[in-house]
Amino acid sequence: MRVFLGLCGLAAAFAPTLSVAGEWDVGGEVAGELRYFPNDPLYPGQFEHFQPSISFQPDIRWESDDRKHQVVLIPYARIDAQDDERTHIDLREGYYRYNADGGWSLTVGAVKVFWGRTESRHLVDIINQTDAVEDIDEEDKLGQPMANLTLINDWGTVDLYVMSGFRTRTFPGVDGRPRFALPVDTDAEIINRDWGRGAVDVAARYSHYIGNWDFGVSIFHGTSREPRFAIDGANQRIRPVYNTITQGGVDLQYTQDAWLWKLEAIVREGHGDTFAAAVGGFEYTLYQIFGSNADLGLLAEYQYDGRDEDFVLESFGPAFAAPVTFADNDVFAGARLGLNDTQDTSLLAGATVDTNDAFIGMFVEAQRRFGQNWTAELEARLFLNADPDNAAYPIRDDDFITLRVTRFF
Amino acid sequence: MLNMRLPFRSAASALGIFVLASAPAFADDPAARGDTPEAQKGYDVSARSDRTDTGFGDSRVDARMVLTNRAGQQTVREFSFQTLEKEDESVGDKSLVVFDSPRDVEGTALLSHAKILDPDDQWLYLPALKRVKRISSKNKSGAFVGSEFAFEDFTISELNKFTYSYVGEEDVDGMVMDVVERFPRYENSGYTKQKSWVDQEIFQVRKVEFYDRKGALLKTLVLSDYRDYDGVWRAHSLKMVNAQNGKETELVYSEFSFRNGLDGNDFEQGVLTRLR
Repeated sequence: MRVFLGLCGLAAAFAPTLSVAGEWDVGGEVAGELRYFPNDPLYPGQFEHFQPSISFQPDIRWESDDRKHQVVLIPYARIDAQDDERTHIDLREGYYRYNADGGWSLTVGAVKVFWGRTESRHLVDIINQTDAVEDIDEEDKLGQPMANLTLINDWGTVDLYVMSGFRTRTFPGVDGRPRFALPVDTDAEIINRDWGRGAVDVAARYSHYIGNWDFGVSIFHGTSREPRFAIDGANQRIRPVYNTITQGGVDLQYTQDAWLWKLEAIVREGHGDTFAAAVGGFEYTLYQIFGSNADLGLLAEYQYDGRDEDFVLESFGPAFAAPVTFADNDVFAGARLGLNDTQDTSLLAGATVDTNDAFIGMFVEAQRRFGQNWTAELEARLFLNADPDNAAYPIRDDDFITLRVTRFF
Repeated sequence: MLNMRLPFRSAASALGIFVLASAPAFADDPAARGDTPEAQKGYDVSARSDRTDTGFGDSRVDARMVLTNRAGQQTVREFSFQTLEKEDESVGDKSLVVFDSPRDVEGTALLSHAKILDPDDQWLYLPALKRVKRISSKNKSGAFVGSEFAFEDFTISELNKFTYSYVGEEDVDGMVMDVVERFPRYENSGYTKQKSWVDQEIFQVRKVEFYDRKGALLKTLVLSDYRDYDGVWRAHSLKMVNAQNGKETELVYSEFSFRNGLDGNDFEQGVLTRLR
């Protein structure tokens, strides 16, 4: 009882500062989603055509009056009617940040970080694990526990990261689509490092701009976010294998008139022979087309990847080759139409063609706001012309359409 | 696959418009001032108006934009806006716009380093992806977030972006106004001409007419609710009516906060990821 009263006294002592000072912002979003797969599934256990789900993402923020202290909490949950693996929760962001006078800040907690310039592939971006069960575009990310020191100067921004609490990639389950012939067992991961998930990763990035040039240079050492796949035939499953890698990256953009020229390149050590990969291209925008307010952006990028891929992994030990990639010698072309109306209506379409075997991955994404607080999105993803040798062959019948309606609070 | 939805394309040194002022160093730009008596008088009237608003250092303000279509339906945009005053009239202000609503674009930010005749440097921050993207600022005449304000409308008080011609005096609502025409010197403007009314008491711009590339009246802007912050004047209501499509947009500012101790580091692209 005395302890309880003591705690109450303590709470009362702190309550005024906690409740009065600073500014709270509580919001979030709830989305209903329906996916439709027109083709019959290829593998036993997979659901047939329709995949309904709902997702929740509260967004709670607090900032002190002097803006020096920030607390952010963004949990995430999806409940999927078809795939148990897609029913999942995450802490997308959950951190405390101190912004000091003089341009430095320190962030501690679960954070999302993006590095990069290009559109069709995010090569340099390496801090966060992909939440691959959400979508196949690798743009949904899991929160990464870290301490991040940011130094902002007139000669550029330096970010230093120390991370632990490795996050394994999510994958569709036995029921799920799209997937490989065997499901990835996300509970059977192999992390080839002492301390496993507790191992420490480090990274640094410097970014700045000079005139029309924007650039970044980055380095990462730690557990690869990208797994290799070991086929465990006895248990009819794939085990993801995570190795230690060191990756250096550069990203560049040249902005001139309505042209954006972009390049990302990496060198990676630790996945078999050291290899390089790059993606580069342009985005050109036609403003106010046909005398309207609409803009049309045209995009093209080339994707190169020099890795040795291992399709069938026999050993769970050190990596003698690199994870499979779709983007080894591919050309991307796309277009973005923005109507610039009060509903922010936009349409994005593109295709990536593998110049080795003519595999084509296509997508269309349309989006519009309704009223002040609703948005609707319609997306289609198509896999055409998949040759048995192509990494996309197992998902050749997994074309799908997604309708998503989101309410914001 | 690629999220490139850019709800706020390039924007210029921003809503600054009327927030922004000119330089502590008052050196006339001969190319902007011209050499005829009408041009020079027009320049001098505009310069006096501009220079009454200088010396604020930096400013912070919340803004609310109400877009009304021809049928009378309204949509609302809310954002906060901060500005770092330029060092002199040969460069522009630095500004940062952060959106609060609609909620689906909350946290989207636009950082601008304004120039006088060269294209501005602009970065867009997309909070869902945590992505900072340098964007083209060519699109001067495009609509700002679907409103009747064009990006270039936010820089109309950058003195040296124009040449001038003095038209004469006019009585409006009991006030004697100087009427000045101005002509963009920068590229990609959607206007051939702007006509502005500047009062002779506190030297503030009260009305601007915008003429399109064909020379026809496109829009009329009325600035009102001027308030005095220790000698720095700011309009708090800016109403733009489009004469050709019947739509209108009203921009309303809250109380301004000046001299917040902001410096150049608060307007570097590295700051975009830690705004909130």
